Amino acid sequence: MKITKRLFVKLAGATALAGALAGPAAAWEPTKPVDFVIMAGAGGGADQIARFLQSVAEKKDLMNRPLVPNNKGGGSGAEALIALNTSRDPDHTILVTLNSFFTTPLRQENLGIDVMTFSPVAMMGVDPFILWVHKDSGITTFEEWLEEVKKGGYVMGGTGKGQEDSLVITYLEQAFDLDIKYIPYKGGGDVAKDLAGKQVMATVNNPSETKGFYANGDVVPLLSFSDERMEAFPDVPTLKEKGADFSYYNQRAVVGAPGQSDEAAAYYQDLFETIYETEEWQNYMDTESISPLWLSPEEQKDYWATQVERHKELLAAMGE
Amino acid sequence: MEILGLLTDGVLVSLMPINILLIVIGVTLGLFIGAMPGLGSVNGVAILLPITFLVPPGSAIIFLAAIYYGAMYGGAISSITLGIPGASTAVATTFDGRPLAMKGRASLALVTAALASFIGGTVSNVLFTIFAPMLAKVALAFGPPEIFALMLLAFATFVGLGGDDIPKTILSICLGLVFAAVGFDEISGAPRLVFFDIPGFLHGINFLVLAIGVYGIGEMIWTIESTRGEITTTEAKMSVKGIVNDSKEGMKRGWKGTAIGSFLGFFVGILPAAGATPGSLMSYGVAKMVARKPGEFGKGHPGGVAAPEAANNSASTGAMLPMLTLGIPGSPTTAILLGGMVIWGLTPGPRLFIEQPDFVWGLIGSFYVSNFFAVLVNLAFIPLFIWMLRMPFTVLAPLIFVLSVVGGYAATQDMHDVWLMLAFGFGAFFLRKLDYPLAPAVLAIVLGPIAEPTLRQSLLLSSGDATIFFTRPIAGPITIIAIILILLPLLKFIRDKFSGKTKREV
Amino acid sequence: MRLAEIITAGVMALLSIYLMWKSTELNVGYITGEGPGGGAWPFWLSGIMLICTVMIAINWFRRTSPPSRSKEVLLDGYGRRTLVLVGGGLLGFIALVNIISMYGAMLVFLVYYLRFLGRHSWTLTGILSISLPVTFFLFFEAVMRITLPKGMQFTEPFYNYLNTIIY
Repeated sequence: MKITKRLFVKLAGATALAGALAGPAAAWEPTKPVDFVIMAGAGGGADQIARFLQSVAEKKDLMNRPLVPNNKGGGSGAEALIALNTSRDPDHTILVTLNSFFTTPLRQENLGIDVMTFSPVAMMGVDPFILWVHKDSGITTFEEWLEEVKKGGYVMGGTGKGQEDSLVITYLEQAFDLDIKYIPYKGGGDVAKDLAGKQVMATVNNPSETKGFYANGDVVPLLSFSDERMEAFPDVPTLKEKGADFSYYNQRAVVGAPGQSDEAAAYYQDLFETIYETEEWQNYMDTESISPLWLSPEEQKDYWATQVERHKELLAAMGE
Repeated sequence: MEILGLLTDGVLVSLMPINILLIVIGVTLGLFIGAMPGLGSVNGVAILLPITFLVPPGSAIIFLAAIYYGAMYGGAISSITLGIPGASTAVATTFDGRPLAMKGRASLALVTAALASFIGGTVSNVLFTIFAPMLAKVALAFGPPEIFALMLLAFATFVGLGGDDIPKTILSICLGLVFAAVGFDEISGAPRLVFFDIPGFLHGINFLVLAIGVYGIGEMIWTIESTRGEITTTEAKMSVKGIVNDSKEGMKRGWKGTAIGSFLGFFVGILPAAGATPGSLMSYGVAKMVARKPGEFGKGHPGGVAAPEAANNSASTGAMLPMLTLGIPGSPTTAILLGGMVIWGLTPGPRLFIEQPDFVWGLIGSFYVSNFFAVLVNLAFIPLFIWMLRMPFTVLAPLIFVLSVVGGYAATQDMHDVWLMLAFGFGAFFLRKLDYPLAPAVLAIVLGPIAEPTLRQSLLLSSGDATIFFTRPIAGPITIIAIILILLPLLKFIRDKFSGKTKREV
Repeated sequence: MRLAEIITAGVMALLSIYLMWKSTELNVGYITGEGPGGGAWPFWLSGIMLICTVMIAINWFRRTSPPSRSKEVLLDGYGRRTLVLVGGGLLGFIALVNIISMYGAMLVFLVYYLRFLGRHSWTLTGILSISLPVTFFLFFEAVMRITLPKGMQFTEPFYNYLNTIIY
């Protein structure tokens, strides 16, 4: 196994060198179906986005080989990262990520994964977070909420320790001196449902996962963790307005496996830029309240570096 | 009345010639996808999703519903003919379906499964049409303690399913529950039981890997070995008359199971965290409990096929309810459907019934029609599946092995799981020889991943106070019924033991 | 069979102990105010398994379970042969998947089983062992878009060629 991998890397290096010497050859195209790994199980936000991207590629006939979605959500995305790290064919392996791209290698150091070795492809947008309560609680502002939480015994639901929402909740606890009981669930959908069913008192969730209940008036948004007020929620203040210098987004990005050739990377960068500019994706970002944040491959790498540092701090604050 | 009008529109649209063609193709494709171990409706729906962009949304929905129904019918086929549950929803179907096939009554089992599925699907469609918005509230009322109580009830209905050897049965259950814990602990957010740091264990042990290993490999090798290779599976004849007679017999002996499955399946199916598998397991258990001769169950009783099949079909329609009314997927398949709806520009959630009634009722309308065609197509293909069973065993056996290996891979797309499946197969072979019942382990690995997190979420909610399972208005009664059901056979066992007539002494 | 019964119980006991030990990587106790820790569920269930193996051993000693009274051997000559030929065949099948791809391995396994274990004619063997991989290829790669393993590098040109046909 090791030998073949090393051999392969050498071979790949040799081909790349030969390609460079021979000058620009015909543009690289996949010769087989592309392994489209998803860092989450079927049905979550990341999965929906991946399948949407696949559908757009299919509809617009953008590829000569299909993208094959492959859910590898095990170990909070560790499984997907390992799959990419050990991929025998990095040119045909790409990954749809969320912030566990940063947190999982930090929390599970023994995996030996360095995200900086991955190949940047495209930043498709960032998903903001909102603090929600049930309408029957009667709470309508963040200040009222703080008062209520300070009474004690407050229960919130989320997608698990070390996950995006738990980092936000931990920040709130420390910044405002709160004591919140946190119940982990399998996915954002379950969290939203148990808020609507009043099993938990509040959640921090992406708008896309809660918007059905929001439209029906079951849940009330109190605060957004975006840099500026969100278009879809103009009346919801940001945490920054409340005087705390904190914002938090979930990245919706596509990355290539470590060791991906420059030609292949260029192909995927082009592909996802085309998808990004389609009307379908623009509409999707709009309806799902995803904020656009287009970054060039170099900027993506810088973004990763800052995010890794940031998450180190956030996780340290959690006591992880 | 307006609903009825919209529903009729949906049905009429589905009945247009082009859509009927789509339905027949979809149902047939779904039937084979479902019959393939390792593949289920989730794969069928997933491949179709990108196509929904290419055809008009109306036809896309209809095609989707057809594949969904086809796959649900198909699950029973591999359970009965190959003895491998192709999906977790069809585990209980093997308990009586396989023995019937071994007795040469495969066609009775297949016909019963098809008819029970049809009735289950129809009952749940009707229940859905009448009660959908109301039931959404019921689904919301089920938090972690309620779901855990329900899992307890599911286990309770299965006490006595194992063999006569009690320590071995308990061992089997515990083994399944421990395997279910492998991978990642959701509550503490840490990896758990990742044996020898092999990354393949990070995603846990998939139910299908254990089920295919036990039934597709262990049981097969055991059959070859114990029959000295001279097995003649079935002499089933196939004729129109035979199918008519089987239908009569199947319905006569299986009507009770069908009724239980249709209703119980629906109500368990609408709960987002539970879904079709507990629904079909509980229906089997209840059907056995209320049967006049429970002893016949497990040896090839049509009621034991009818109950889980009616239930899983009913529950699969029921699982649409939380998806449509709450925007919460109750199963991987509905999760992908949910993504599809977002792609079509719909917002699943409480407003969907109000804002997009034509979509909702169009979908339900196509369910009615798809269900009808699914039963016809299924019945039409039964002779083919029976014919497969009449192949010499030395042809059928390698086919089953190939299906097992491919299915084991397709479920998770990881070779690690194929090796694990082979290991389970060999283990199961030896345990089978020594009278260890293995069905409890397979059931436990299905229910474990629901039971453990809900137990711990509940205890977190109550600050570690276990009375939460008794004091909540819905969880309380369910827990108490479950405990009574668990204690009954135990009391009986103790009584028997004291009066000195234990079964094990026989 | 009697010997096999106690050996199996011993193996299961060792497995239980290993699982208990492995579970202790996370907290196996009851955390006040939170309920059981992350390792508690597998730990205590493995504990019950261990107790069960002890009970199986007691039944074995008292000869109360059928296998513990059985005079038969667990695997006679025929059983051993079956296990080696069929189980070994499967083992070879799965090992070959990583080398000559799922489809190639399938072909080899079918030829092996049909011709050498089943003693069918070469005609039937040929038809089945070729048509089945082809059907599977079309079904999985073209229709279902599920890619099955392609083995080592040398199969690549072949499958790349097939890809140009189906896509």
